[in-house]
Amino acid sequence: MPVDQSLVGREFPPTRPYAVSEEKVRQFVTATGGEYGGGPAPATFPIVLAFDAMNAFLESESIDLFRIVHGEQKFRYERPVVPGDVLTATLTVASLRQIGGNDIIGTASEITDADGALVCTTTATLVHRGAAA
Amino acid sequence: MSASGNLPTQVFTITRADLVAYAGASGDHNPIHQDESVARSVGLPGVIAHGMYTMALAARAVESWFPGAEVVSFGCKFTNPVVVPAEVGVDIEVAGEVKPGDDGLTTVALTVTSGGQKVLGMPKAVVRV
Repeated sequence: MPVDQSLVGREFPPTRPYAVSEEKVRQFVTATGGEYGGGPAPATFPIVLAFDAMNAFLESESIDLFRIVHGEQKFRYERPVVPGDVLTATLTVASLRQIGGNDIIGTASEITDADGALVCTTTATLVHRGAAA
Repeated sequence: MSASGNLPTQVFTITRADLVAYAGASGDHNPIHQDESVARSVGLPGVIAHGMYTMALAARAVESWFPGAEVVSFGCKFTNPVVVPAEVGVDIEVAGEVKPGDDGLTTVALTVTSGGQKVLGMPKAVVRV
């Protein structure tokens, strides 16, 4: 079932505030084979926020996560994420195309801190693989 | 280090256990990264690494080349899935080339391959050194 075209331009509610702790950053760094000695989170850490926003979007549209494959991801940082940050992500559906039975969904998520200041903008292309006929 | 040129290639290994750990750390519990039958049901060749896992490895390479540098932007396309077999790890090679800008920023053009095949499309990081 194709994704509803009227979604383009829709902004979803901000995600629940996420408290960045040293423990969460360490868990992320360790999972990607590194060692964490304190300081800023790695460059791809904001995906935790973006993923939370994406999950809420997929649930609201009844899209199965297992049919989603990642097409593209870009981050633009205003500043590094650091432990102590309390962040929320707000996702907007930027584009939607249908190609060969798949939906190509473009999203943009703005990640802001507790003061409402922009920390990171991240855009994603999600490929929603259509069910076999 | 010279102002431009090639950076020493970094090699990383991804295992199924890494994907389990990453699912917990990132919140991405998509079963195509864990379960062979689900992966195949959506037309994938097998369990694949999270694209963001491979991207995180590329970020580790950038961090090793420019320790402590602030990353200004980072992006890539996920052009080929990285299949992770159940029993053995799969190697990812991250090569980089420095392209100095005139605005105080350094652009790192990356080449990320597995088994000789590019897995990321146009991976690029911009850092403030």
